[in-house]
Amino acid sequence: MSQAPIVLECQNLVKRFGGIAATQHVSLQLHQGARHALIGPNGAGKTTLINLLTGVLQPSEGSIQLLGEDITQLALYLRVRRGMVRTFQINQLFDSFTPLQTLAMTVSQHFGLGSKWWKPIGTDARVIDRCEALLEQFHLTEVMNQPTRVLAYGKRRLLEIAIALACEPRVLLLDEPVAGVPAGERKELLRTVSALPADVSILLIEHDMDLVFSFANRMTVLVNGAVLTEGTPEQIANDDKVREVYLGQSHVNA
Amino acid sequence: MSAIQTSIMAPSRFKSWELMVWVVAFVMPFLMPNYSLLISEIAITALFALSLDLVLGYTGIVSLGHAAFFGMGAYAAALFAKHVNPDPSFGLVIALAVTTALGAFCSLTIMRGSDLTRLMVTLGMALILQELANKLDWLTGGADGLQGVMMGPVLGRFEFDLYGQTAAWYAITVALLFFILMRRWLSSSFGANLQAIRDNRLRAMSIGIHVHSHLAIVYTVAAAVAGVAGGLHAQTTGFASLDVFSFDRSADLMLMLVIGGTGWLWGGIAGAVVFKFLHSVISAITPQYWTFWIGLFLVVLVSVGREKFIRPLTWFKKEGAP
Amino acid sequence: MLTILFDGIAYGMLLFILAVGLAVTMGLMNFINLAHGAFAMAGGYITVLLMQHASVPFLACLPIAFIVPALLGALLEKTLYRRMYSKPHLDQVLFSIGLTFMAVASIDYFVGSSPQIIQLPEYLKGRTELWDGALGMGHYRLCIIAVCALLTVLLQSVLSQTRFGSRLRASVDDQRVAAGLGIDVNVVFLVTFAVGSGLAGLGGAMGAEVLGLDPIFPLKFMIYFLIVVAVGGTSSITGPLLAALLLGIADVAGKYYIPKLGAFIVYSLMIVVLIWRPQGLFSRGSK
Repeated sequence: MSQAPIVLECQNLVKRFGGIAATQHVSLQLHQGARHALIGPNGAGKTTLINLLTGVLQPSEGSIQLLGEDITQLALYLRVRRGMVRTFQINQLFDSFTPLQTLAMTVSQHFGLGSKWWKPIGTDARVIDRCEALLEQFHLTEVMNQPTRVLAYGKRRLLEIAIALACEPRVLLLDEPVAGVPAGERKELLRTVSALPADVSILLIEHDMDLVFSFANRMTVLVNGAVLTEGTPEQIANDDKVREVYLGQSHVNA
Repeated sequence: MSAIQTSIMAPSRFKSWELMVWVVAFVMPFLMPNYSLLISEIAITALFALSLDLVLGYTGIVSLGHAAFFGMGAYAAALFAKHVNPDPSFGLVIALAVTTALGAFCSLTIMRGSDLTRLMVTLGMALILQELANKLDWLTGGADGLQGVMMGPVLGRFEFDLYGQTAAWYAITVALLFFILMRRWLSSSFGANLQAIRDNRLRAMSIGIHVHSHLAIVYTVAAAVAGVAGGLHAQTTGFASLDVFSFDRSADLMLMLVIGGTGWLWGGIAGAVVFKFLHSVISAITPQYWTFWIGLFLVVLVSVGREKFIRPLTWFKKEGAP
Repeated sequence: MLTILFDGIAYGMLLFILAVGLAVTMGLMNFINLAHGAFAMAGGYITVLLMQHASVPFLACLPIAFIVPALLGALLEKTLYRRMYSKPHLDQVLFSIGLTFMAVASIDYFVGSSPQIIQLPEYLKGRTELWDGALGMGHYRLCIIAVCALLTVLLQSVLSQTRFGSRLRASVDDQRVAAGLGIDVNVVFLVTFAVGSGLAGLGGAMGAEVLGLDPIFPLKFMIYFLIVVAVGGTSSITGPLLAALLLGIADVAGKYYIPKLGAFIVYSLMIVVLIWRPQGLFSRGSK
């Protein structure tokens, strides 16, 4: 696994808001094909890190490289075009679109059709085929013509991830993908995430430890904005420092 | 064609009622030749409203100075006809070119800042152009306006007649042409991106859409279309004066869009028709105090809530992409 | 040249008093009130009508020119404006344009469209020349500067030293937190709006001789008020003061030295400033 090339990495990332350092000297490496989990207590700065990596926030210090290219100053939308796509912890959907329209728009944009002003959306067969495949893959076919705003939460979450996949990412950052999803629908979502192609490198933020341990082959633990430790799931599970962070002090002074 | 493809492409197809409206529009100057002037005014105003809808409805920018482009197109067309070539089509192309350049320039200025800043920059542009037209009176005729604009025949064949019938058809044809072009453009992937930006800018960026360039392009196109409307105005009335830049014009235009609804191209057209109709009716009763009634209408409309008012008019509006 | 400066300062101070209410309500309620000029116009017309039909002396009119628009402002705030605070800016713009149109048309109907002339009392006319005429100070303009300066000091001390002032500043900073602290935000809004409108009325009365007074006053000067607010920012009153002074001097100087271009210079400068610093020249941060 560690022989696979590095697709995304950051060195010494720092983010300060006024006097508070939300991210403290974080360095991380994502290898190709990774199933890398980012865990830590609430407020540890996981989403902030994702925001820094994707360009929603600008770092106070440090640098980021995507597929060998320095992207620290690169605009958000350009990072997406270079192959790094994320999903959001709180659904960020297009409420006036239907799932079909959402995916058609995303796929068309991804295929570079945004500059073709004369062709109505949907005339390209490649777009249609890809939409059909995505709808199928994310079990959205039955609801494809319903406005997004009336969809059940589970379906909305699926759409949230489908949008990211429509962009054919090389690097996928998932921010708590099963958050708020009822237990019955989590399995469906998990299966879809697990079935993602092996060459897509995934960084996952999640609180559900079952999911994390079954999904990840590498984990980073973030506490108070800094990396506590990093390793394989077995190493993390047996790490005393990690246990302390999650469970409190593990022994009492005699 | 698969069910999926049909579904995606449905909003971009022209509906039969749309065709009907345009047929009726063309027939009007036949049926009511005495109203030809009003008809061409309505067509021109509808086109102007359409251009503002691109800005207001598709980018969400509140512009109080859209008349800047209308006026620029009017003076460009008038000056061109007077000094270079009286051919109307040629004149419109010139008006289009000039206002596209102006629009591109202005689009750089409106990307930054808050709503208030944008309001002021747009207002300021219209005021600057009005001042310029006023001061450069050797060119523009100043406060008296540019008189004596004699137009040649449309496409070399159709002379502008005294009734205004040719003018009406000319205006309607140009309006229809641009309507079709805009409809087609907004049904493309670009148009879908615009709607995505409107719905959720952050997510639009997160799927690789360059928001700024989209907004700048829309604003420039909106300026160009407004310029064409202005050019038509000058050509069909044979005259261009300072009031083409007036604040009243920009404000009335916003009102039309509010009446008809933003974000779907028919809103501007519907609003323009209703507005012009109201204007001619009310002006006949109280010619000087139209301003008061418009003011009252605006206050009531907004206090009550725009959505409640335009609900009947949204029957034709489809859910999803325009 | 000093005379130009002097006249510019007088003009600027006047603009400040006219626009300060707008700046504060913009910062406080985030409401774009394009009808602000209508209150100024009201103050001007009240003065003219009282002087012409009731022979009220000019100075006595001034307090009335403050009070009546203030009361009108309070009434409108409570009944109409309050509903508009949460609406999108487009609605607010349309609403205030509507009010402006109504005001303009009403004045046109009841008083007529010709510009109104105010007869200044004798003791305010006249002029003092200094330094061999290098500086010519009209007594009226001197008066304007004095009164406006006094008002500015008064405003600043109310803001920084009274309880109401601190409540106002808290509400501008963060409305929800202020309300959570027990500050009656509605009262703050009402009083602020009323005082702002009253000041505009006073400015309109004092400025009638300098700026002219006719039914389209609110539309003519709307852009100037907006410039003061946009360039000066809404987070203090010194910002708008400086912006108003700059604007006054630039306008007077521009019209004197390059009459051909007139207001063109002011508008262009405004656009340049707003592109360069969209949050205003003097404001604390971006809004």
